[in-house]
This record gives sequence, structure tokens and C-alpha cells, in this order.
Amino acid sequence: MGRIGESLPGERRMNHLADFFFSPFQEFTFMRHALVACLALAIGCAPVGMLLVLRRMSLMGDALSHAVLPGAAIGFLVSGLSLYAMTIGGIIVGLTVALLAGAITRFTALREDASFAALYLISLALGVLIISMRGTSVDLIHVLFGTILAVDDPALILIAAITTVTVFTMALIYRPLIVECFDPGFLQSVGGHGTTMHFTFLVLVVLNLVAGFTALGTLMAVGMLMLPAASANFWAKQFWSASMIATLIAMISSYSGLLLSFYMNFPSGPSIILTAGICHAFSVLFGKYGSIYSRHKAGDHLTG
Amino acid sequence: MHAISLQNLTLGYERHPAVHHLSGVFESGSMTAVVGPNGSGKSTLLKGITGLLRPLGGRIDRGRLRTTQIAYLPQRLEVDRSFPITVLDIVILGLWHHIGIFGGMKRMFWEKAAHALCTVGLDGFEARAISDLSGGQFQRVMFARMLLQDSPVVVLDEPFTSIDAQTTRDLFQVIQRWHAENRTIIAVLHDFDQVRAFFPRTLLIARELIGWGETHQVMTEENLLLSRRMSEAWDASAKVCLENGA
Repeated sequence: MGRIGESLPGERRMNHLADFFFSPFQEFTFMRHALVACLALAIGCAPVGMLLVLRRMSLMGDALSHAVLPGAAIGFLVSGLSLYAMTIGGIIVGLTVALLAGAITRFTALREDASFAALYLISLALGVLIISMRGTSVDLIHVLFGTILAVDDPALILIAAITTVTVFTMALIYRPLIVECFDPGFLQSVGGHGTTMHFTFLVLVVLNLVAGFTALGTLMAVGMLMLPAASANFWAKQFWSASMIATLIAMISSYSGLLLSFYMNFPSGPSIILTAGICHAFSVLFGKYGSIYSRHKAGDHLTG
Repeated sequence: MHAISLQNLTLGYERHPAVHHLSGVFESGSMTAVVGPNGSGKSTLLKGITGLLRPLGGRIDRGRLRTTQIAYLPQRLEVDRSFPITVLDIVILGLWHHIGIFGGMKRMFWEKAAHALCTVGLDGFEARAISDLSGGQFQRVMFARMLLQDSPVVVLDEPFTSIDAQTTRDLFQVIQRWHAENRTIIAVLHDFDQVRAFFPRTLLIARELIGWGETHQVMTEENLLLSRRMSEAWDASAKVCLENGA
């Protein structure tokens, strides 16, 4: 890293810069795999995260990410540290919790946040219990924080498949999903299948969390959903434009996070999420709409 | 014909009635104000009429009218006004029965939406974000959406609460236009002068029916006094109602 600061002729310095930014991915297959996985995740997670934020379900995403744990743990129990088994387990348990919590909310008086919290706590306790029955704390750390350096071809295909499903589903049900967000009463009054849309959306959340946890771990996966989305709202005033910005932020954080973890020898999941966190802090401070800067910016008031 | 008739209708929550044994008919093309004190079951009645709430007893006969054909404006607090979406996007949803989930936008639809915005006095507001609108402007947007819904029955729940006089006048013209077009209009209102001036028919309830008919016959001092005296209490130990209807 020190070489970059030295006064070199322009061209050679460019080479060094390019080296710095690209060589990890040229030289190491696992870095390429990790990068592709994260970029794919960014495409699917950003719009789903945007909807989570807009529906005020941010903390439910968090709860669901914990709920995935026992599924992963059972997969781990059956076939060791196999991403496949853990992923399938995660999907099954995540969907069960999401649908059960959704159903409890729609058909009883319990509020959605409370029913999610109740189910995820049960689920999390079960997960930790199962892992502690077999395996060491190192394995637990792997499940919780991810092993991006072990993203193999099957895992890549899985992530790509989930992203594809997410993007296509979002495109298909975009209209009712948006309406269900801001005016559920209207959607209901015109017969727009609000409940179906809600459950479809929950399925997408679980799929993206599971896609994320192979790479980032169950604890960190939700960061890819929430942080870019929570930042994007400071830069755009419409859903689609904010989603594009969220995707961009997620991609930039993935790339720089991976570089950070490569050079500094940090674990990759936290590096990526922390980079996204820096983007978020920047947005909170200097974003175009509603940020601290925009609210206190100097200048005379306008005529209208 | 789009009459809505209520037959011994009881609506409520968890078996407690908010509207109790109500019978009568909203004639096709009639314009009815629903009046009563707070907690008298006005909003509950509208939810029943629009099919959002299932009756505890009795029935609602809407003829061949489907509930999804009824244009319904709930009390405003149910809409998330901080949502990042433009005025035009909201108004055009009024065409839901034409565009549905997958339908594309035609040029004609954009023109219709722009025209509806013009009618409610919001021309040029198409690209504004709804978070930038005032309460009155937002209510105008809701009316523009209902204009596009083109429904034979329009149900309004306190459309003018906390809306200024000018906006109320403008939107009232829209309601009167609907009335002239022979649509059935049912509106919950609190302003008695408004009701007396503009609504030919009135339904006065305080959980039980007090009066339903020509406005000047229903809105008497005697009836209004009676409605205020009716209990609003929720009796936790209420007995099962055995009365089998009027």
C-alpha cells in the first residue's frame, strides 16, 4: 500500500492503482466468486430492502434473519458445513416463520412486529441449541458470520437463481405491491389481492436473506437488505429511482468491502456491511433529501 | 339499477354491535348523508356497505353490484403520505379495473388522469411527490382518483374533516356532479348546515337507527337530541341479543 503514496511517473502510478483495485480479483478465484455473489445479491436485495423500509418492516427483516438459523443448523447437523443443506434448511424454516407470523397477524389481534419477534426468538433459541448439540463454536461463527471465501459454484448458482426469481417477481407484482404499501385499503376495495401480495413479498425477503447468509452469514445478511435501502431514501424521491441508488450503494459496498477484507485481513461479511454503513452515515449527513445537511443548509428562502 | 338495501343489518367487532338491526334502502341515484355522534357506527356502516366488514347479522343486498365496483374514500389517516410516489401515479390507480395488475398504460389513460386532476383544480401537479402536498391538496388527489374509478356508487367517510372552506366548496362540486350523473352517493358528514343545504336524504344513527328519510324530516331538534343521549358505552358483559329484527 505504501508504494502508492510515492512519487512515481503518472503512468506507473496508474498501473499500481489498477493493481490495487483489480489484482485480487484477477489472481484469486475465491475473490472473483465472492464479488460475483455480492453483486448478484445487491441486485435482488436492494429493491426488497427498499420495500421493507417503506413498509416500516425494517426490524422484521432483522427478525427473519435470525429465524433462518435453526434451518441452517439442522442442515449443518445432517451434513456438516455444507452450504446446500444449510441453505435448503434456511429456506424452509424462514418461510415457515414468515408465513406463520403473517398468518397470526392477519387472523388474530397480535400485531405483526410482536408475532415476528415471538417466533424469531423461539427459532433462534432452537438454532443455537441444535448447533451446540454438535459442532464447535467455530462452526457457529461460520454460520453466524458467513464464509464468503467458500462461495463455490453451486452456491453461486443458487444466489443467481434467487436474484433472478426476485427481480422477475418484483417486476410482475410491482404495481399491487406498491399500492399495498401506501394504501392497502384502496387495494382491498378494488379487489387487488393484498394478502397474496404481502405473503409473496415475505417469501422474497426470506429467499434473499438465505441467499445472503451463504455469503455474509445469517447475522450480516440483513445488512445487505437494510443499509443500502435506508441510505437510498436520502437521495431519491421515487421508489424506482431510490431502488436503483440502493443497488448501486450495495454494489459499491460489496466491492470496496471485499478489497478491505483482502488487504486488511478482515472477515468479509462485516467488512462489506461496515462499508455500507459508511455509505449510510454519509447519506444521513449529506443526502439530498431530509439529511442533516439539507435540513440546515444555508441560503435565502425561495419565492414559492 | 344500483340500490343498496340493508336487511336487519348488525355490524360490529367481536360480537359487540356498532350498528344494530338496521333496515332500509339507499335508492339508486340517491344522495344520502350519514350523521350521528362519535362512536355511533357511521364508519362501521360504510365498511359494511363496501364489503370490508362482514355483518354479524342480517344482510346487505347490493343487487348485481360487486363490492369492488364501489368507490370508497376512508378517513385519511389510513394512507401513508410519506410514501415516495407521484400524484399522477396515485390518480391513475383509479383506472385499476382497466389496468389491473399487469395492464400497460395507454395514452388515453394519461390524458384521463390529467383531465381528472384538472377537474379537482390540480392541473400541473402530475409530477409532484405526495409528501409535498397539503392536506387539502391530498384530498383533491383522492377525489381525482375516484373520478377515474367511474363507480356507480360512491362512499365517502368524513371527506371534509379538517379541510378548508375553498377546497370543500370545490370538492362539493365534484360530488354534485356525481349526483347529477345519477350515481348513488353515501357520505358521513359532521357539518349539519352542509347536510341540510346539499343532501336530499339523511340517515341518522346512534348505533340504533334514529331516522332515515328526507333530510328536513330526519334532522329535527328532537332527533338530534335523542342521538346525543344514546349510550356510547361498550358493555363487556352484554347479553346475547335475542331481538329478531324489525
